[in-house]
Amino acid sequence: MHENTDGAAPTVQQLTFNLAGEEYGVDILSVREIRGWSRVTRIPQTPDHLLGVLNLRGAIVPIMDLRLRFGLERESYGDSTVVIIVAVAERLFGIVVDAVSDVVDIDPSAIKPVPDMGAVVDTRYLKGLATHVERMVMLLDVDKLMRPEDVETLDAALPHVREVEVAA
Amino acid sequence: MGAVDLTQFHKTFFEESLEGLDAMEAALLALDSGSTDHELVHTIFRAAHSIKGGAATFGFAEVAAFTHVAESLLEEVRSERRGVDGELIDLLLRSVDCLRAMLDHTSHGLPAADADSEALRGELVRLVSGEAAPAPAATTAAAASVDGWAIRFVALPHLLQTGNDPLRLFRELQQLGRLDVCRAFVVDAAPTQLAELDPGQCWLGWELRLHGAVARAEVAAVFDWVEGDCELAIEPIAPAASAAPVAPVAVAPPVAAPAASAPRPVRETAAASSEGSSIRVGIDKVDALINMMGELVITQSMLSDIGEHFHPSQLERLREGLLQLERNTRELQESVMRIRMLPIGSVFNRFPRLVRDLERKLGKQVKLELHGEHTELDKTVLEKIGDPLVHLVRNAIDHGLESPEQRRAAGKNETGTLRLDAYHEGGNIVVQISDDGAGLNRAAIVAKAEQRGLIRPGQEVDDAEVAELIFQPGFSTAAQATDLSGRGVGMDVVRRNVRDLGGSVGVRSQSGKGSVFTIALPLTLAIIDGLVTAVGEERYIVPLISIVESLRLRPEMVRKIAGGGEVFHFRNEYLPIMRLHRAFGCNAAITEIERGIVVVVEEEGRRVGLLVDDLLGQQQAVVKSLEAHYQRVQGISGATILSDGSVALIVDVCGVVRLGQRSKAA
Repeated sequence: MHENTDGAAPTVQQLTFNLAGEEYGVDILSVREIRGWSRVTRIPQTPDHLLGVLNLRGAIVPIMDLRLRFGLERESYGDSTVVIIVAVAERLFGIVVDAVSDVVDIDPSAIKPVPDMGAVVDTRYLKGLATHVERMVMLLDVDKLMRPEDVETLDAALPHVREVEVAA
Repeated sequence: MGAVDLTQFHKTFFEESLEGLDAMEAALLALDSGSTDHELVHTIFRAAHSIKGGAATFGFAEVAAFTHVAESLLEEVRSERRGVDGELIDLLLRSVDCLRAMLDHTSHGLPAADADSEALRGELVRLVSGEAAPAPAATTAAAASVDGWAIRFVALPHLLQTGNDPLRLFRELQQLGRLDVCRAFVVDAAPTQLAELDPGQCWLGWELRLHGAVARAEVAAVFDWVEGDCELAIEPIAPAASAAPVAPVAVAPPVAAPAASAPRPVRETAAASSEGSSIRVGIDKVDALINMMGELVITQSMLSDIGEHFHPSQLERLREGLLQLERNTRELQESVMRIRMLPIGSVFNRFPRLVRDLERKLGKQVKLELHGEHTELDKTVLEKIGDPLVHLVRNAIDHGLESPEQRRAAGKNETGTLRLDAYHEGGNIVVQISDDGAGLNRAAIVAKAEQRGLIRPGQEVDDAEVAELIFQPGFSTAAQATDLSGRGVGMDVVRRNVRDLGGSVGVRSQSGKGSVFTIALPLTLAIIDGLVTAVGEERYIVPLISIVESLRLRPEMVRKIAGGGEVFHFRNEYLPIMRLHRAFGCNAAITEIERGIVVVVEEEGRRVGLLVDDLLGQQQAVVKSLEAHYQRVQGISGATILSDGSVALIVDVCGVVRLGQRSKAA
C-alpha cells in the first residue's frame, strides 16, 4: 500500500461518503471498517456530537455524529446510515454519516486548499478540496475530529500565534 | 555483524543493566549486614562486568568508563587484596545509584556523565590507584614494570556451546594493546577422524602475546565469561632484563558450583523487578495455559460433534459439554490473569537499601523483616503500590521507631523492628507494615487537629477517630519537617493512591508498643464485582466494594434543604442524595425518589445516596478503559461489556461525589 502511494502512481485513495447532500472523502488508510448503525451507550459530560460508545469486538469505541460535529441539523438514523470506524494513531473512533458512496483515486497535486469561507462553514476539519469526475470532494482531516475539547479551545484562543508563524 | 542495527538491543541492555544494578545493590546490602559469602562478591563483580561489556558494545563510553573503574575496585575485593568495610560499601552503593542515573540519562539520549558522576569516578580512581593494592594497579596508566602478558588459552570442547566466541575475546584483548598470536594449535584430545568431528565443539588452543602496560586484572577480566570453559594461563612478559618467571595463575574455576549457580540470583531479581512494559512469565504458567487450551479444544470438538448430528437424546451430553466449556473458560481466564501476577518481592526488594540509608541519616537502629515476598499481585497494582509503601516505611522509621536512647529508656531493645508482611485474605492481598515503636502520638495528633480546625477543642475522640485524623489532607505532626517525611503531604496521598487501586488502608496503634498499617488491595484491577443498576435507558455498574446498603425511601424520609439539595436520614446521619440521572443527564429516568432505589455508597469516608431506577443484579465486570480510544470522563471509571454485547459504564463513586459538589456550588 505504502509502496504504491510513494511510488510511480502517487494517488491517494479516498473513501467518499454523503453528508447533508455534500460529498466528503476520508483517507482509506485510516478506515478500519464500515458498519451499520447500532445503539450506543451514552457518555455523560460529553459534547452533543459525541453520541456514545459501542463495543467493537471488545474495544470501547466512541462514536460521533458528523452532522452535529459540523453544526448541521441532526438527521434520524435510517437503513443507509453507516458508521465509518477510523483509526488515528492507534485510537479508534466511529463517525456517523448519511451514506457511503465510493472509493476514488485522487492525485495529491490536485488537492486545493480550503478557501476561507468565513463563519458560514466550519472548515476546521477539512484538509483540502479535490475534484473527482466533475464532483467536488471535501477531504476530511480525521486527526482533528477527535481532539479533546480543551485542545480546540486552546487553538481558538491562539489564532494570532498561528498567523505569525505562517508569516515567518 | 557490521550490518546489525545495535539500537534494537538498547532496550534489553538497559533492562538487563538495571536488573544487574538491583542485584549488585542486594548483594552489597547482604555484605553490609555481615554476610561473608564470597559468592556475593562474585555476583557484584559479574553484574558490573556485564554492564561494562554491554555499555562498551553499544558505544556508551561514559558508562563503560565509570563501570570500568568500579570493576577494578571490585576485582581487588574479589581477589581478596582489599577488605570489605562500611566505607567501601557506601562508595559502591553510591556508584550503583550513580550508574542508575547514568543509564537513565543515556536511555533518554542525554550525556551520561555529569559533575557528580565524575567526582565519584575520581573517588573510585583514587581508591584504586592511590591506596594501591600491591602488584599491578588496575588503571592502564598505573600499570608498569611489565611489557605485556603471555596468554595461553585452550578452549574446552564445549566452549562454543556456552555462547562464547574466542574471536570476540581476542578482539577485546586487542583493545587493551597490541596482540600477537604466537601459535594456534589443535588440542591432543581432538578426534582424529573427520567423521567424529562435531562442528559444535572447539578443539583449539592459542598462545598469545599482549603488548603494553596493561593490568593483569584487565586481561583476566576479558576471560571472566569463559571461566570453567577453558584452560587459561596468564604470565607477564618481563622486561628483557629481569626475566624472573612468575608462577602461572590459572583462572580455572575454584569450584564448579558457584560458577553454575552464580547467574541465578540475578535472574531471580530480574523476574521480580521487571516493572517495564514486559513481563517475564514462569514456564509453569505458560504450560498451565497450554494445558487449559488443550482441554478447551477437546470440549470444543466434543460440542461440535454433538451439534453436527444432533438428536434430542443427546441433550444431557450437550448440557454436560456446556458445563465443561464453562469450567474450561473460567480456568483459562484464571490462568491468563495469573500471567499478570508478579511477586511483591520486587517491591520489597527496595526496602533494605531504603532502611539502611534512613538508619544512617536518622541515627536509628532498625531490623527489617520481610515476609511473604512470594505473594503475587497484579502487575498494575504492583507498579503503583511502591510509592505508598515507601512512604509508610519512611514514616514508620522517622516517626514510629524511637532513637536507641529513647528505646533503652523505655526498656526496649535498642534496635527497632520493622516488619513487612504480604498475604492473601479473602479476595484481597493484604500488606502490613508494623513497627515496635512508640505508636501514634495521640496528644500531638489531637492538638494538631484542633489547631487545624479538624475537631473542636475539647472534643472527645476515640482511637479509631485519631487514626482517621492522620489520613486527613495536610496533616503532619512531625515536630521538625525532615526531608524524609513530615512535609504535610503524606498519609492522605497514601490513602488516595491506595483508593485509586480499589484498596483501603487503615492503622492500628498501641501507645509504646508500635503501630500496624494495613493495606488491603484487590487481586486484580481487571475485574471488579459490580452491581448493575438501571437509570433510564442506560445501565450503570456500581463497584460492590463501595456499596454500604441499598434501600427504597419513603417520601417522609427525604428532606429538602436550602439550595435545592436533598438529604435523607440513614443510621444517625443525614446523607445527601445524588440523582444519578441528573448527574449523567439520562433521559426517561425515574425522578420520584420513592419509586427509585437509593444505593448508599461510601468513598473517602463520605457517604452519599445514589438514586437509580432499579437494581438489575450483581455481575463480575471486566474493566475496559475509556481512555484507550477516547478520554477520561469525570464520574466514570471505565466501561464493561454486558452479556448482550452492549456497553455499560462503571461509576467512579469518588468522581460522582465531586460532580455533585460542583453542581451544587455552581
